[in-house]
Amino acid sequence: MSSGELIVKGGFVIDPTRKINGDVGDIAIKDGKIVEKVSSSAKVIDAKGKVVMAGGVDVHSHVAGPKVNAGRLMRPEDKLRAGVCRSGMAQKNGFRMESGFSIPSVFRTGYEYARMGYSFVMEAAMPPLLAPHTHEEIHDTPIIDEAALPVFANNWFVMEYLRQGEVENTAAYIAWLLKVTKGYGVKLVNPGGTAAWAWGLNCLSINDPVPYFELTPADIIKGLIQANEYLGLPHSIHIHQNNLGNPGNYPETLASLKLAEGVKAKNKFGRETVMHSTHLQFHSYGGEGWKDFCSKSREIMDYINKQKNITFDLGCVTLDETTTMTADGPFEHHLHGLNHLKWTNVDVELETAAGVVPYIYDKDVLPNAIQWATGLELALFAKDMDRAFITTDHPNAGPFTRYPRVIKWLMSKKAREATLATMKNTDRVINATYIHGIDRELSLYDIAQMTRSGPAKCLGLARTYGGLAPGMNGDVSVFDLNYKDMPKDAEKIEAAFQRAACFIKDGEIVVKDGEVVSHGHKKTVWVKVKMPENPQVTRDVSQAFHRGTYTVDISNYPVREYLAPHQSIIDVNVEA
Amino acid sequence: MATVTLKPTKVPELIFEGYSITPDAFAGKTAAQIAALPGHEGKFVLKLGEFFTVSGNGGETAADTDIVIDGDCSRVKYIGSKMTAGSVTVNGNADMYVGGWMKGGKIHIKGNVDSFCGIQMEGGELLVDGDAKNHVGCAYRGDWRGMKGGTIRIKGSAGNDIGTAMLGGTIIIEKDVFIHVSTHAEGGTVIIKGDVEGRVGGQMVKGDMYVLGKIKFMLPGYKKIGTVEKEVDGAKYTFDHYIGDLGERHGKSKGQYVYANLYLKAAA
Repeated sequence: MSSGELIVKGGFVIDPTRKINGDVGDIAIKDGKIVEKVSSSAKVIDAKGKVVMAGGVDVHSHVAGPKVNAGRLMRPEDKLRAGVCRSGMAQKNGFRMESGFSIPSVFRTGYEYARMGYSFVMEAAMPPLLAPHTHEEIHDTPIIDEAALPVFANNWFVMEYLRQGEVENTAAYIAWLLKVTKGYGVKLVNPGGTAAWAWGLNCLSINDPVPYFELTPADIIKGLIQANEYLGLPHSIHIHQNNLGNPGNYPETLASLKLAEGVKAKNKFGRETVMHSTHLQFHSYGGEGWKDFCSKSREIMDYINKQKNITFDLGCVTLDETTTMTADGPFEHHLHGLNHLKWTNVDVELETAAGVVPYIYDKDVLPNAIQWATGLELALFAKDMDRAFITTDHPNAGPFTRYPRVIKWLMSKKAREATLATMKNTDRVINATYIHGIDRELSLYDIAQMTRSGPAKCLGLARTYGGLAPGMNGDVSVFDLNYKDMPKDAEKIEAAFQRAACFIKDGEIVVKDGEVVSHGHKKTVWVKVKMPENPQVTRDVSQAFHRGTYTVDISNYPVREYLAPHQSIIDVNVEA
Repeated sequence: MATVTLKPTKVPELIFEGYSITPDAFAGKTAAQIAALPGHEGKFVLKLGEFFTVSGNGGETAADTDIVIDGDCSRVKYIGSKMTAGSVTVNGNADMYVGGWMKGGKIHIKGNVDSFCGIQMEGGELLVDGDAKNHVGCAYRGDWRGMKGGTIRIKGSAGNDIGTAMLGGTIIIEKDVFIHVSTHAEGGTVIIKGDVEGRVGGQMVKGDMYVLGKIKFMLPGYKKIGTVEKEVDGAKYTFDHYIGDLGERHGKSKGQYVYANLYLKAAA
């Protein structure tokens, strides 16, 4: 945090949290926070003719942890695609070299997010047992604030409690696990399916039985929604649904979204939603096989537009060579069977699993082109942009460094048509998708909702991130775009979002003219639940470790303080 | 045609990354502009002029540009990497990655080269008068897409990992090779005129290998199916014909399985 005063002067301010859309104004920052005004001695940043937004908030990205590292180990060739990895800045003292494209090094991750004006990134799946490593990596990622979502939906404790309908015990276990792993919220990955993978099985439907536990994915999803709202956590449950990536999966997606019907958000963080459906693109497919594979984005969005308590992110395919990685172990095995590239598989004891497989999204391969269209359509059909967020499920559908390209496609029909025209199967893509018939072009205000105010609200962070109101974090990004005279050439929109003209994080200038100038002061954000002791959960956890069900001792399980030296703790109080 | 001559003046303290030493980068530039082209030494960006004196201007295009390096480049990497046309001649040794990812043109190294020469090469010619170290014409580490085209000729011997994951093109080693030839290859031709220690064609799916000397340890995944006479690099020999690697998956063409071929010169 910087104690100096700063004023970003004369830019076109876009701040959906206060319904400000392109008004010329000043943003004042003091002591790392946005304030009403500053003294005349404040350092002036001239933003005249440029767009001013809050720091970006990424709701879902795989940037730290064991599976990211497995990808790095498995794919040394990924760094060939990194382009210039030794910018001029790396030669100055204190700055580091950058490597990797789809699985960038921690330094590249921090620098690239900062260059795009992002201030907060959610690591989307943390295996609790390996939380210490995840936090070490988060701490080594400069500039950006980060949090991590532990995975719960294949956890043996959770499944034991939920098969008996014990929501309170589930909630107490969640509270304990968030504390020991310094986690942020409740992530579900292929509920029940990843646990079934330990038997070589999967749950492709929410009504499939989970082997041994005699409950269904639907029971797990419903139970975790209830437990999440019982605790009143800042974020809703964050779900990667069953049957990801398969043709004809959209009815299953709708069935799992419907489980949120009638549930009201209960929390003190301004969150109004109870389910975040992540990388929805991968779950919006029609067809019975790859031959009649098609987009069902309209069907999905017709439902989500009506359902006010659901948020989602796109998971846009960016048509790059990338590395897929997920706790959906059976899916990665399935993908390896499709493309025969290298495959990593990991089982994480009582908690989860993971797989890693490289993947080449080729614009000339019909299903890949349809996936590309599907992701964009979800945003273009969305009515409430505060509930639709831009992601690429980094690195699964493409690297996060392609967000500016996704923005370009969303803001320009011409850019979409240009990409469509270069495809080998243009006509077949048009027939299998809606994209050619959509004329909508998103505005900068829509983009600010999708990358700032929306995700911040859904994460329960709306008081500090995603807006420019006095009292919020002094995170301000300035982009070289003239609001009144937007470039006709959409490539310039991409270029402007790729390299912020200026990015201020906690009141300190960290990026200037698209280049990193400071490592800033990154923070690790986590949620600490205070609730009355639950003797049964305490006993169950201690017995599990003493029985030797885990390979580690309970004293080695928690994330120790030194692994997360710069913590920002969000307190949640649950009354008895 | 224009010739640009580089004369080494200083041995780099670390290793100089001469990725700018290509006809493509020199084309259309004067000697002074060429001397100002970048290269890395460790994390620092330096200029070619700090290690070489440059005489002569580049041609109009890469194809019109010949580069001659008059001296030893044992500590200069990436000479001629990614080049598409023209020529590079080094009157001495060169370090790693000579001609890596090259698409066309000609490179002639009159001394020895270090490892990774011609890796993931797509076209053109790479000629080395001396020996090569390891990873000649192989895939980048981790990559499953190796050399696709062009010709590499090493007049001396080479180390290990020759043509790993090769998909096309030709590698000729005129003397001996240590281990791992055409591992994981799915195409291309490797000709070894001397002896090989072993591990020839492991997990190879498709492609050809010729060995004119001896293989000390044959892989068990290869089966002799006959004796054939074939012309190799301008001369005819009688070979024992082996197919393999039988432990690996193999595609079919016209109803017949396609195997990799190992032609081992028959005993006289």
